[in-house]
Amino acid sequence: MCEFVLQAEHLEKLIQVIRGEGYQMLGPVLRDGAIVYDQITTTQDLPRGWSDSQEKGFYRVEPGNTGAYFGYAVGPTSWKKFLQLPQRQVWRAQKTDDGLDFVQIVEEAPALAFLGIRSCELHAIGIQDRVFVDDQFCNEDYAHRRDRVLMIAVNCTSPAATCFCTSMNTGPEVTANTDLALTEVINDEEHYFLIASESYRGGQILQQLPLTPAAERHLKAAESAVQSAVYKMEQGPRSLDRAGVKDLLYRNYESPAWDLVAERCLSCANCTMACPTCFCSDVQDTTDLSGEHAERWERWDSCFTGDFSYITGGSVRPDTRSRYRQWMTHKLATWHDQFGSSGCVGCGRCITWCPVGIDITEEVQRIQAMETAL
Amino acid sequence: MTPEVFRVEQRREEFPGTFTLRIRGERAKNGSPAEFQPGQFNMLYAFGAGEIAISLSGSPRDRDGYVHTIRTHGFVSQALERLQAGDLLGVRGPFGCGWPLSAAKGKEVLIIAGGLGLAPLRPLIYNLLGDTQSVRNIRLFYGARRPDEMLYRDELAQWAGSMEIVQSVDHGDADWAGHIGVITGPLAGAELDPQNTVAFLCGPEVMMRFCIQTLTAKAVPESAIYLSMERNMKCATGHCGHCQWGPNFVCKDGPVFNFAGVQSWFNIRAL
Repeated sequence: MCEFVLQAEHLEKLIQVIRGEGYQMLGPVLRDGAIVYDQITTTQDLPRGWSDSQEKGFYRVEPGNTGAYFGYAVGPTSWKKFLQLPQRQVWRAQKTDDGLDFVQIVEEAPALAFLGIRSCELHAIGIQDRVFVDDQFCNEDYAHRRDRVLMIAVNCTSPAATCFCTSMNTGPEVTANTDLALTEVINDEEHYFLIASESYRGGQILQQLPLTPAAERHLKAAESAVQSAVYKMEQGPRSLDRAGVKDLLYRNYESPAWDLVAERCLSCANCTMACPTCFCSDVQDTTDLSGEHAERWERWDSCFTGDFSYITGGSVRPDTRSRYRQWMTHKLATWHDQFGSSGCVGCGRCITWCPVGIDITEEVQRIQAMETAL
Repeated sequence: MTPEVFRVEQRREEFPGTFTLRIRGERAKNGSPAEFQPGQFNMLYAFGAGEIAISLSGSPRDRDGYVHTIRTHGFVSQALERLQAGDLLGVRGPFGCGWPLSAAKGKEVLIIAGGLGLAPLRPLIYNLLGDTQSVRNIRLFYGARRPDEMLYRDELAQWAGSMEIVQSVDHGDADWAGHIGVITGPLAGAELDPQNTVAFLCGPEVMMRFCIQTLTAKAVPESAIYLSMERNMKCATGHCGHCQWGPNFVCKDGPVFNFAGVQSWFNIRAL
């Protein structure tokens, strides 16, 4: 893989070349006090110079120490919302004189370019691919959207305190399929991106950019930026025993730790909405007033609701204890049996966006500690 | 995935609140609907009301349509209950893994049904009765709340010529000559050759739980017991997440499971 240097002032060129190729550009923007993913048309839209501070149930954007474009970790939104839409119409039905017609709603998938994907998020997209595309059945809507995405990953150099991707082996350096991979390097003298293409489409974009070959010092500076992120996480407050967690949870379905977390968990579903891999959905069937037309809509759902597991006779998971246990054991344990990997990428969103500050890594450690104590 | 349009050909009231629909595909007037395996289910859509998972309860050899026995409970089943012959509904399916007929070969077959649980077992019974040479014998243990809440009573009488049928009710009436109480009573008293027995169970989880205890106490191996599970289902294709049961998706890994493979999950409450 050949790496090049793109000066920071040419980031604009990158965006415009990609837009010129017909892609709708999506990337980080500062909105309502958070860095979220939305449409961008120029570098002016990027949260340049902004960073974020995250802890359990805590998120603040704050001015960073540098003028970096990608000097934050991850915000409340993930790319999931562009691939598995939060709600979409599945089909409509209509009564006719002598019958009933079902019409599948096929939306032309837009050509999207995701700018600034973190490695943990690339892994999250890969996890959803295994659920929606590579499994026994294919979700065609997701597959079509996914096919048309151009991925421009940016190595994470500013992890938050809530991050634990090094534990999950998903980052901070890009280690999953992408079209382009960038590393932002900024210091008193220089501001540039180390850039490499990892696909044919990525190569086509690179050809149109004002690049210079990367020298040894550029490579070293980029590596050092990524290594400092690794170091920050290793020194940071969070980690998770990736290798042992599945068996730990399989052994501890009746751990008293579930009762303790249930005392704090509000069953609000925030963690599932913020999670980049949570894929559950519900369908809603409606008719209009004439009773002649019906529609089916799919929307995100959460295993934290009572309706989620409702069957004749009541909810299978009637309490918060069983719902939190389902969420966490699915994410960290049963996911391995279902799709061959963990469902957690260590992005820390569930920790940050939990209104009562429940921390999945702490909960795993509590189960571990209680098992040892018993 | 859009539903196929089906028309109700016949509606039969089994007893108040439980009915059987025979439905035929509209588009496949000359062709046949997709084949199904005993134990599989369809997603039935009542116009505007919604869609629910209902097991196939007709004969797999009947290639003209599907048969579904439904108990009225929620919004969608109430809408399905209102359907009369000639009315339309949507069907997606068949889905899921059914009863493994091959496991019954040469065995003493125990079919154990509780209440509506007889519906998904009926296609299995049809297949077994169509090829009685392949098994050593067939016995049906069927428990229901009351005598008049037994499904397929005419057929039960017919089947009695080809297999042993033990019926049990929670509450008897003046004419009831059979067992009163839970089905585990007669099951416990049954003579069987445990190493050459295969059991197929469908009913409320609590009923299956106690029947399995009874069977294993009689030395029937866990791997010779198959059960059909029920969970909330929306997509039936393993994408919506609702039917998860431990690592299993009941919609695609089940609804029929071998007990040996799911034993550890079966014993966890509120999983």
